[in-house]
Amino acid sequence: MIKFFLMVNKQGQTRLSKYYEHVEINKRTLLETEVIKSCLSRSNEQCSFIEYKDFKLIYRQYAALFIVVGVNDTENEMAIYEFIHNFVEVLDEYFSRVIMFNLDKVHIILDEMVLNGCIVETNRARILAPLQILDKMSES
Amino acid sequence: MVVPLLKLQDLIQEIRGAKTQAQEREVIQKECAHIRASFRDGDPLQRHRQLAKLLYVHMLGYPAHFGQMECLKLIASPRFTDKRVGYLGAMLLLDERHDAHLLITNSIKNDLSQGIQPVQGLALCTLSTMGSAEMCRDLATEVEKLLLQPSTYVRKKAILTAVHMIRKVPELSDIFLPPCAKLLHERHHGVLLCTITLIMELCERSPAALRHFRKMVPQLVQILRMLVTTGCSTEHSVSGVSDPFLQVQILRLLRILGRNHEESSETMNDLLAQVATNTDTSRNAGNAVLFETVLTIMDIHSAAGLRVLAVNILGRFLLNSDKNIRYVALMSLLRLVQSDHSAVQRHRPTVVECLRETDASLSRRALELSLALVNSSNVRAMIQELQAFLESCPFDLRADCASGILLAAERFAPTKRWHIDTILHVLTMAGTHLRDDAVANLTQLIGGAQELHAYSVRRLYSALAGDISQQPLVQVAAWCIGEYGDLLLEGNCEVEPLQVEGEEVLALLEKVLQSQMSLPTTRGYALTALMKLSTRLPGDNYRIRQVVSIYGSCMDVELQQRAVEYNTLFRKYDHMRAAILEKMPLVEQGGPQVDEEAKESKEAAASVPTEPQASKLLDLLDLLDDTSEDAQHPPALNPSPEGTLVHLLDLPCAPPPLGKPQEKGVLEKEGENVLFLLLCRVRLICPFPPVCPYSMPILVGKGFIQSCHSLLAPFRVFPLFQTSSPGQQGPASSPISSHISSHFPIGPQTLPPQALGISCSFYTKCSFPGTSSDWLSRGRHFSLKCQMPSHTTPI
Repeated sequence: MIKFFLMVNKQGQTRLSKYYEHVEINKRTLLETEVIKSCLSRSNEQCSFIEYKDFKLIYRQYAALFIVVGVNDTENEMAIYEFIHNFVEVLDEYFSRVIMFNLDKVHIILDEMVLNGCIVETNRARILAPLQILDKMSES
Repeated sequence: MVVPLLKLQDLIQEIRGAKTQAQEREVIQKECAHIRASFRDGDPLQRHRQLAKLLYVHMLGYPAHFGQMECLKLIASPRFTDKRVGYLGAMLLLDERHDAHLLITNSIKNDLSQGIQPVQGLALCTLSTMGSAEMCRDLATEVEKLLLQPSTYVRKKAILTAVHMIRKVPELSDIFLPPCAKLLHERHHGVLLCTITLIMELCERSPAALRHFRKMVPQLVQILRMLVTTGCSTEHSVSGVSDPFLQVQILRLLRILGRNHEESSETMNDLLAQVATNTDTSRNAGNAVLFETVLTIMDIHSAAGLRVLAVNILGRFLLNSDKNIRYVALMSLLRLVQSDHSAVQRHRPTVVECLRETDASLSRRALELSLALVNSSNVRAMIQELQAFLESCPFDLRADCASGILLAAERFAPTKRWHIDTILHVLTMAGTHLRDDAVANLTQLIGGAQELHAYSVRRLYSALAGDISQQPLVQVAAWCIGEYGDLLLEGNCEVEPLQVEGEEVLALLEKVLQSQMSLPTTRGYALTALMKLSTRLPGDNYRIRQVVSIYGSCMDVELQQRAVEYNTLFRKYDHMRAAILEKMPLVEQGGPQVDEEAKESKEAAASVPTEPQASKLLDLLDLLDDTSEDAQHPPALNPSPEGTLVHLLDLPCAPPPLGKPQEKGVLEKEGENVLFLLLCRVRLICPFPPVCPYSMPILVGKGFIQSCHSLLAPFRVFPLFQTSSPGQQGPASSPISSHISSHFPIGPQTLPPQALGISCSFYTKCSFPGTSSDWLSRGRHFSLKCQMPSHTTPI
């Protein structure tokens, strides 16, 4: 089960955070800083899976952005690694501009893909379909 | 509203533009004030924008609870954009602990039944994230209806909401069990994916569900087979593998179903083999599927051939250049090594290669796996590799590596010399990271290998001459040099030719004594070693006497006491010096004693009943002081594993083995002096003061005994070593009490000529009132009593 999903930039600022298990708000910042620290301190040749407390962290770097997913023990790390890439591809297809200014849309996409910690949909077309409908509605 | 409202994008830009934390906080606070004002009396059309901004601010960590009621209002609004933000807000801001969450139950219910898909989707999403138990119960029927709707978009969400509901309210699983069978027939991958997740959840919750779903194994196998064999449809394939996510989920479900169940496992065997061989491994997606397959094979009752296949796949992973895959492979191999040891052995060279990784998590895994793979046939090669690793590994791994090497060496050492070499090497490399009993083990090992005394003392001497900073090494070296100093000077050992002058040895020991890096314990060792050398080295002992007298005024109490005693030994008892400083008798026991010893010291540390027992000892000595007749006999606690404590101090535990010379105890004329000498002996022979803090029996040299033999006759002495019956600890076992018992047995004993000794307990490092000198004086009184042969007073 996915516990949380974070998008962080290189300076350590959180760009997107979604928790699938309740965490206190002050603990969230603490968790984020620690997680980010451990991911940022790793170099390129090191492997992308870290063990942190009772989670496993799987992270992937895309230019200046780190995507970190925290899972519990039962998940297949490599599948989640693949999933992160899938997510980024979806974002790529939808957003022509920089992502960060349309945070709510990113949330929508993420909600389409992950529900309560489980992967729902991985097909790009199907994920983006509702969003495209939404866009058409708001334009009209 | 005078100030035009910022759009979310502008707000984000502004926040990012803030250069300092304080500036950012200012911007946010200002904005929050606006948002609050707007909520109170603002334009309902703009409300969703405000809430969106608030959510962003919340994500950055600022409090946003005043937005909760707004979420409710937005959810209730008929406009989709409002609902969207409202539901998102509900997901982020509300949760079970706030009472407000129940208020949205009604809204959700309405939305779910309205039949507008996106809205239903939203509602389901929120429900699945933050639905509490009450909400779930209320809305279960709604969700169930949605499970069977034709629209796949809603259905998959409904299924995952069902998963969440089952987690919250396990009783609901009955409702959601029947539809699963039908759902498995779907072609839509999204629905399938969710269904499988649901089935997994159900199976984990109840064994009845597990049995129910086992019937579906053939169907699942069929689905997976279709995925693997048919050409990948473009819509689901990820880098050439058709829907790896679905494959992984199915495999995981098969794992759960096949665990501990022969029949299902058999059905799966073929398929697993097929997946394992057909999957394209050039990309990560394929490897992910393969990894899951391997995990499944390991968990179910698979055929032996299949298991070997799994191990081989893992071996192949180890050779992959991608670090992630290697990490995953090492972890799985670690799990496998217990059950399929021989299969994993075949990949040993690759595992050893992985030790050289720069990545910390990889090298740690590789270390664990390598240690698990050491056995008697490959021990030399493996330990060599591990030693090479020890030299270069990061600090946090050193302790584990060092203790792992020592443990493996102990279990599988082919020869004693190799063993000693290995331990020496580890000590030089990573001495400071070792456990405390490593020193004890090594001294015991060296002491036991008589033929290697010369060799070991030379090696230790050279090591010490090179570096005096590693404390365990220094301690062992000092002890050895003290014991076998004469062998060091002989210079005719073929293997380690080394010309050493007596003066050099003394100089080295003095250096250790004076060095800042030496711990007090180490200094104690060094001083004792110097003292022993006074008999072993030729020539007069002027230098040694000088050193010893200097330390008579040392600040460290322990060291001072030793020095004073040694000094007195030089001055008053020079004729007995040789006898006292004799070589220690060799220890017979080996490894298992270590555990007992550890147990002993642990029990010693944990013994609360120390108090009453100790006070008994106090009483005992007091009584002795008062020459009272009703000296308490110490409780007859079992003699047994004092054998171990005794062992610590190099006393043979079993009845005299192999004709080693027995130590006999003798008393001098002046009881005072006897005790003094005995105390000296303690200093000299006890290399392990930190390990045995409470009491130290004394062993007196044979020469000593012979010179005073006649005096022994009228006194009560008692067997020094018991026939050890290990494990028979007395009920209130404390080292003191049981020690008393082993050395003060009840009843008079006559003096058999062979196996006897005198033992006297006293405390050197204990939490008792008074310093050692107190005990010394008590002891003196006590020994005076010994002159009077008394039937009841034990010695």
